Parts: sequence; structure tokens; C-alpha cells
Amino acid sequence: MEYEPIIGLEVHAQLLTNTKIFCGCSTRFGEAPNSNTCPICIGMPGVLPVLNKKVVEYAMKMAVATHCRINGRSTWARKNYFYPDLPKGYQITQFAHPIAEDGYVDIEIDGSKKTIGITRIHMEEDAGKSIHDELGAFSYVDLNRAGVPLIEIVSEPDMRSAEEAAHYLRRLHEILVYLKICDGNMEEGSFRCDANISLRPKGREEFGIRAELKNMNSFRNVQRALEYEIQRQRAILEGGGSVVQETRLWDVSQGATHSMRGKEEAHDYRYFPEPDLAPVVISDEWKEQIKTTLPELPMEKRERFINEYGIPSYDAGVLTASRDLADYFEETARICGNPKSASNWIMGDLLAYLNEEKREVAASPVTPATLAELINMIENKTISGKIAKEVFDDMWKSGKHPGEIVEEKGLVQITDTAQLETIVEEVLEAHQKQLEQYRSGKDKLFGFFVGQTMKATRGKANPEIVNKLLKKKLSSP
Amino acid sequence: MAHLARLDFSEEEKEMFTSQINTILMYMDILNGIDTTGIEPMTHAISLDNVTREDTEKKSMGAESALAGAPDGNMGFFGVPKVIE
Amino acid sequence: MESHRLTIHELQKKLREGTLTSVGITESVYRRITSVEEKVRSYITVMEEYAMEQAREADRRIQEGNAGELTGVPIALKDVMCTEGIRTTCGSRMLENFIPPYDATIVGKLKEDGAIFVGKTNMDEFAMGSSTETSQFGITKNPWDLERIPGGSSGGSAAAVAADECIASLGTDTGGSIRQPAALCGVVGMKPTYGRVSRFGLVAFASSLDQIGPITKDVEDCAIMMNVISGHDSNDSTSVPAEVPDYRTFISKDIKGWKVGIPREYFVGGIDPEITAAVDETINTLEGLGAHCFEISLPHTEYCVATYYIIAPSEASSNLARYDGVRYGFRAADGEDLLDMYKKTRSLGFGAEVKRRIMLGTYSLSSGYYDAYYKKASQVRALIRNDFDRAFTQCDVILTPTTPTPAFRIGEKMDDPLQMYLYDIFTLSTNLAGIPGISVPCGYTKGGLPMGVQFMANHFGEGKLFQIASAYEQNSKFERKRPGL
Repeated sequence: MEYEPIIGLEVHAQLLTNTKIFCGCSTRFGEAPNSNTCPICIGMPGVLPVLNKKVVEYAMKMAVATHCRINGRSTWARKNYFYPDLPKGYQITQFAHPIAEDGYVDIEIDGSKKTIGITRIHMEEDAGKSIHDELGAFSYVDLNRAGVPLIEIVSEPDMRSAEEAAHYLRRLHEILVYLKICDGNMEEGSFRCDANISLRPKGREEFGIRAELKNMNSFRNVQRALEYEIQRQRAILEGGGSVVQETRLWDVSQGATHSMRGKEEAHDYRYFPEPDLAPVVISDEWKEQIKTTLPELPMEKRERFINEYGIPSYDAGVLTASRDLADYFEETARICGNPKSASNWIMGDLLAYLNEEKREVAASPVTPATLAELINMIENKTISGKIAKEVFDDMWKSGKHPGEIVEEKGLVQITDTAQLETIVEEVLEAHQKQLEQYRSGKDKLFGFFVGQTMKATRGKANPEIVNKLLKKKLSSP
Repeated sequence: MAHLARLDFSEEEKEMFTSQINTILMYMDILNGIDTTGIEPMTHAISLDNVTREDTEKKSMGAESALAGAPDGNMGFFGVPKVIE
Repeated sequence: MESHRLTIHELQKKLREGTLTSVGITESVYRRITSVEEKVRSYITVMEEYAMEQAREADRRIQEGNAGELTGVPIALKDVMCTEGIRTTCGSRMLENFIPPYDATIVGKLKEDGAIFVGKTNMDEFAMGSSTETSQFGITKNPWDLERIPGGSSGGSAAAVAADECIASLGTDTGGSIRQPAALCGVVGMKPTYGRVSRFGLVAFASSLDQIGPITKDVEDCAIMMNVISGHDSNDSTSVPAEVPDYRTFISKDIKGWKVGIPREYFVGGIDPEITAAVDETINTLEGLGAHCFEISLPHTEYCVATYYIIAPSEASSNLARYDGVRYGFRAADGEDLLDMYKKTRSLGFGAEVKRRIMLGTYSLSSGYYDAYYKKASQVRALIRNDFDRAFTQCDVILTPTTPTPAFRIGEKMDDPLQMYLYDIFTLSTNLAGIPGISVPCGYTKGGLPMGVQFMANHFGEGKLFQIASAYEQNSKFERKRPGL
């Protein structure tokens, strides 16, 4: 019997607002424990929440970017449970009336498009962090994170493989980062993912019993955990058993999911409308205004790059990995008029250097203008491609223009045929032995002569002309 | 129910509470006598919308002040007994 | 005469004239406290040193000529409002040593106005109760009869005013907790429109019902207090940005032609005949002033108590979840693990009444019951509010007794929670609808116990309340007495 996985993902994204959702404390990461706190986010007696308007704006942006319907009226609710990192003993979230519903994102797998539905997006507050003392009997709570704004994005159970899930996750991630509303850092916890997965016999309509997976802290781990879980559930079903509805934690070191049964009881969250907050009413004007602030989204940008610049899909993907990189590419292409070259240089050398030094595009010493200049110099044969790499290195280290460098170092390409012919003859003269060997059949020595010529000209000889000349000289007796 | 509220009761407290709560609960069933179809639940006593603030940082109270009243607040964290698994 | 017996408006005059100083008034109040507090037990915390310092500062201000309405006047605060640096217990062991790091908004307003804080008054634990008997800091006595309750949950605040242990006080009202003790102690008490006064810094009981309000010796004092504490607060998302009129302008005006509705559903069995007689007398007085009193109907009255006792405990159960011994307040010493610590802390920290209401609230919200209880109650609440909306198209204000009986004995009725709840029927409706209500004294029983009558008005109708309450107060025929302490 063939089983197909049914996967849904719940993503929590921390929003890049200056302050928390219900108080004016900073959301800065990495500060001393409990230093970004106030009576409100600590849940002291008598405090009241006041909504940060930016949170609504950011949530709306994500809603628009994922084609959701923004609800004209959304309300707040309390989700009640006890945990030391939940100061009030309840989380303020949205339950009955979330800010947005019924959206989708498109993912591309193996060349074909698939649409993954988004059930809802809602706003809520994050809890603090607990550190558990492995050896001792205590846990330690840091409330800096308590009150940081989150949006929760719930997908429809539309994914049918771990790979699709990973693609969907990446798609959400890049949209959030492009919108500049989340920094998408899974290790630091600003982008978190839980999964719901079940299996059903192919052809069946109803869903099977599902397990919830938690504790997957990277894209790779999400995929691995889902793959493991698919195997696990398949084994159970093929053996005639039934899957237990439960929460399971992904254990990276063991490469397996483990049941949380016994540690977690069924929660009755006793949701009810939050009396301390007013409903959020969103007018059509506000929606329109938000729409105008949206940047071009990654998928649209990629399609446009393919169409407008004629570059392959893979290249478009690499270049749109970040908004900054995409902008860099477009600027370079605009100035030099050669998108394919621009694309090669950026995908190759620029990214290599950036990654080596762990720099962001914005901090590159080579600018679109200077890179374009370099490309043009190759184009009009002022320098060869090989020399250009030297020049690039120099540009990176000194920040100088390629023109300057070429002049200072005398790297201008030699294109004078007569001059090169003289040098080629000298090379052939100087290497009689190899010449004889070549004439008697060792064709591979052609490259040797090229190399010697390049050496004699310190790399500045135009390779095509050298090739032509050598061919001429070597083919005649 | 007591567990949901994180409360513990002695046997006699349980008995007394149960009978008192039952009396009140019977009283509550009175509400079932009214027809409320189509009535919007009244969750707020006044109707305000979009009460918000700007995203401007306010001075935090600082860790020392935050931990001042904590039963176990040394080392900069709120200390609690661990959850026994 | 000792100045602690005077009203705010009388003291304002004397302070301006210079015939009294704030220091002198404050000393007088503390002398009174020394003399009667052992019997009455109005206070949990008395702040003499702090108050005297404030009084000296107030006198300086008055000298300079920039006095506010309450500058130099000793006020008591119910111990449910956060006062920075001064312990705020809510009458509970759970917060026995809790020192707030911030001031409630209204505390800030009073400070800015130069009021003197006498102390934090006793109350039912976490404001849950109607007799101040559930306080974990002792029972407050009714100054008119020390064997009787002062009412609750703002019993300490009402008793302190009645006993002249302060000039005026602030209480809180979720289901009648200002008006009922005001009536039982023979003083004036007002619950403002929901959203009129900021709740920031008020330890929450039932968020959609709670309001802070004044308890005073007469109606004009109440208007003065309302002038100072009312107004929008950006820290409270339920605070209404409506303008605050000068409530004093409604004092001593006539009420000719005013329509006063008397709800027939409030006059069912169980009301003490002396109270019924007093209300009849009130009606006579009002008609003598040119008002028309007639019967109206509030058809959903019988559902008020049930609605309240689902909504209030539900919200309370959630508001009190933060008391877990983690970040402040009481923590049980021998918790073996987290769960044990939670349970012990909350079971020892909370008293029986609080635990009962938490259980009730938890039950009403739990899955399976939410629709039948909480949601249903919210719908009925809308019907109750609609009753009032309709009624106020027919009349300017509504008149009811404040309580069905005068103060009962301490310990009486404590075992029967149902009877205690019935005691609230006259006052719950205004909290549910969010409308304002004021209780004013309307006489004394033969046994010398005070009785109160209540006026209700539509949202933001405090001006109307002051106008009719003031007119009634100035024309009521009964002789004013003082408790014989």
C-alpha cells in the first residue's frame, strides 16, 4: 500500500519592530537577562497592554505578500496556561478573528509550480526563555523575550513531501526577509517552525492521525525530521498499528523524533476575548496604503530577471537571494549593459569574496559602478578575463577603480598582432626541443607554447590572438 | 479543574467547595432559559477601536528592579524549581 | 472642632484662607486614627511619616498660590491600587510584602494635585467579596455598629470616611464594591462610567467591569474627586478619550421636570421594610423638587447576578493566574518541583473566597462549557445593556435602593454564598452595562444603621448624577448623624 504524507507547517516569526507588542521595551537581542523589561511585560499586578501600531502594519504586509484576505475587524484573546516564562499566566493572541486568512504562496519544485495554502496569519506576543539546569533542581527565566511581537503563519495541510515543506519554509522565509519585517534567524529563534504530519493511503480522502513535531531549528532539520517521521509512521501503519496523536520532539543528535507523552498534558487553553484591548479595525484605505509600501517580492523579481535579462532560472535564484544582492546586480547590469557578465562576476567572484570575509553585500568594497567598469574593460578588450581576476582582487583589497589599477600596474592587454607575432617567434625559437616534439605529433604542447607566451607577456597577451598566431606558426613548416 | 487553576484542596475543602459551587452552578443554569440567538456577545463595556501607540522605545525598568521582588532572583534570572519529568 | 470632621470643600476654603494648614489637618486625621483605628480597623498600612512630608510640601504649594483641588487634603486609597515604594497587598497573603515599582495612573494624578496619602485601606481579598470579611489582614468594622460589617469589597475605604479617619477615599467597584459599603456606612460613593477613570495600576479583578471611584462625606466632595481622577490615559486601552466636564458645576442645581425611573424588577420580596420606606420618602422629596417618578422596566434584571457570576470570576481566574510565586509576591517554601510550587503557593497564598471564584471562572471558560456559560453570559450582558439604553430614552436617571438590607452582623451569612450574592443584585447591573451609579445616604434605621439610595445614569452621565444627588442631599429631610465612636 502506498502512503502519502500530509504536512502542514506552523511558523512563528518575530517582527523587527523597535519595541515589544504591548509595551515600550526594546526588542534588541542578546542583552543582559531581564534588562529589557518593565512592569507590563513582567506581568506585575495592575498593568495593562497597549498595542504597538507597527506590529499591525508588519502583519498586514505579510498578509498582502501572501495573498491573504485581511479581515476588516480582528480581535484579541487570552490563551491561558501556566509556565514560568509566561508572566501573566496567559498569552495575548488572536483566536476567533485573526488579522488575515485564506492566502497562499507558490513554490517551485523540479521546474513545476505548486500552490501551498495559508489558513491564517495572526499576531501574538512571545514568551520569555527558560534555561534548565541539567544537574540542579532549578530553571532560570529570562523575560527579555516576553512580549516580543510574533506573527503566526499557519499553512493548509497541502504539502506532500518533506522537500515540499522545506521549499515552502524557504519561500516564507525569503518573503519575510524581503519585507524587512523579520530577520529570519532560525538559530537565534526569530523564525521558528512546528510541523503537523500524518500519512494516508494514496487515493483516500480523509486524513490520517497526525503527530505534531517541534524543536527543529534549521531548514535541514525540518526536512530531516519530516523524512524520519514519514518512515516512522509508515512503519507503524504497514505493521497494522495506528499512529498516536501526540507531540514529538526532534532530537538532532539521535536523528529521531521522541514522544513528549508524559511531559505534556492536554492543554485546555480556555480562550476568551481579551477585555483589556480594543479590536483592530482595518479600513480599505489602510490596506491600500500598505500595499503601496510593499517591495517587489522574490518570486516576481526572479521571473522578471529571467524575462528581462535573459538569464537562466538558476542564476536568477542566486541573485535574488537577498534584496541587496538583487539590487546590486541590477545596478551593475544597468551600467555595463551586460547582464550575463554581471551575473557571472557576481555569482562567482563577488559572492566568493563576500562569503570568505563573511560580509554583507552592502559592505562590499567593489561597487556596482566599479564592477561594471571592470566588465566593460574586458568587453572592449583592454584587459583579458584572466587579468581581470587579478584586478578584481586588487579592487577588493584597495577599493580603487579598475582603470586606476590597470594603469598603475601596466596591465593593459597586448593586442598588437605584430608585437605578439615577434614574441611568439621568440618563444618558438627558445624552445626548439618542444617545437620538434610538437611537429612529431605531441599536440598537447600547444598549451605549453600558449603558456610560455603568456609568461613572456606577463599574462597581458590577448589569448585569442596568441592562439591564432601560434596556430599559424605551428601549422606551417 | 483544580489542576487547571493550579490549586490544591484538602478533602473537606473539596467537599465544601463542591456543594457551594454546585449551588451556584444550578443558579447559572437560569441563563439557559433565555433565547440569545443573533445577539452579539458584549465583550467590552465601551466600544473603542484601534487603540494603539507608536513604536517608540521607553526606558526599561532594568534587571535589578525587575528582580527586586522575586523570591529567587539572584544571578540575574528568575529562579524556579524545575519541572520534574 | 477637629478638622478631620470637615469635608474637602470646607477644607479647601480654610486652606485658601489660611485658617488651616495641611499639616494641621493631617495631624488631626492621625489623631483620629490613633483614637478609633483599633476599633474600626480601616487600614492595612498607615503612612504617617510619608503623609506628613507630603503635608509640608502641600502647605508650601498653597503659600505659593498654586494649589490644586486636593492639595493638602488627606485621602485614603484602597489597597488594590499600586503605590510606588509602598506595599500594596490587595488584602491578600499573596502580596503581603509586594512593593510596586510604579504608581497607578490615578495615584500619579492625586500626587500631582498635591493630595496627602493617609494610608492603604482594608478590603476583601483581591476585591472579591461584599463584606471585607475575606481580607487576610483582619476584619474592618462598621463605625456605626462595631459588630457589623462595613460592606465590601471597599469596606476599609468606606469605614475610614465614615469614621473621619480620612477626609475622602478611593475605592473600586466591580459589582457594587463602592456603592454598597458607602450605603452601609452612611457616606457617598460613586462608580464612574467604565472607561472614565484609568485602570492602569489597579490590580485587576474583572477587567471589563472594574472601575476606581470616590467615597466621600457628601456629593460635592465626590464631584471634586471625580474632577481630579477622571480623564483619558494612554496606558489604558479601555480608557475613553472623552472630555471631563467640571463636575462641580452640577452641584446645587434644580431638577424640575426631571424624569426618574423606578425599575419594577428591583422591588421584589426580600427588601427590608425600613429601606422600602426610606426609598418612598426619597421619591417624595424628589417629586417635591419637581421631578416625576414613575415605574419603568428592566426586563432582564433577574439574569444580572447569574451573568455577573460567570463573567467576573472568568476574567478573575485569568487575571489571577499571574500570582504564581515566580516573579514577585508570596512563594510557598517547600515546593518540590514546579507544579508543586505552583499549587502550594496558590493554595496558601489565596483565601477561600478567591479560590472559589477562580474555580468557578476556570469552569466557565473550560472547553465544553465556554459556549454555555461565558459566551451566553456575554450575550445576556448585551441584553441587560439594551434594557438600560431603552430605559434612558424614557427617563433621565434611575432610582433604586443601594442594598436590600442594612449592614448585617459580622459572620452572618458567610456560610451561604448564595445569599451573599443576592446582596449584590442592585449594583451589579451598572457594572455589566458600564453605566455610572452613585449611592447617597437616605436615612437611618430605627437601630441607627445607615441606609443608601442609588441613582444610575447613562454612559458619561455623571453630571446628571451629581445634579440629582446634590439636589436630593440638600433637600432630604432626615437628620444627619455621626457614628458614635
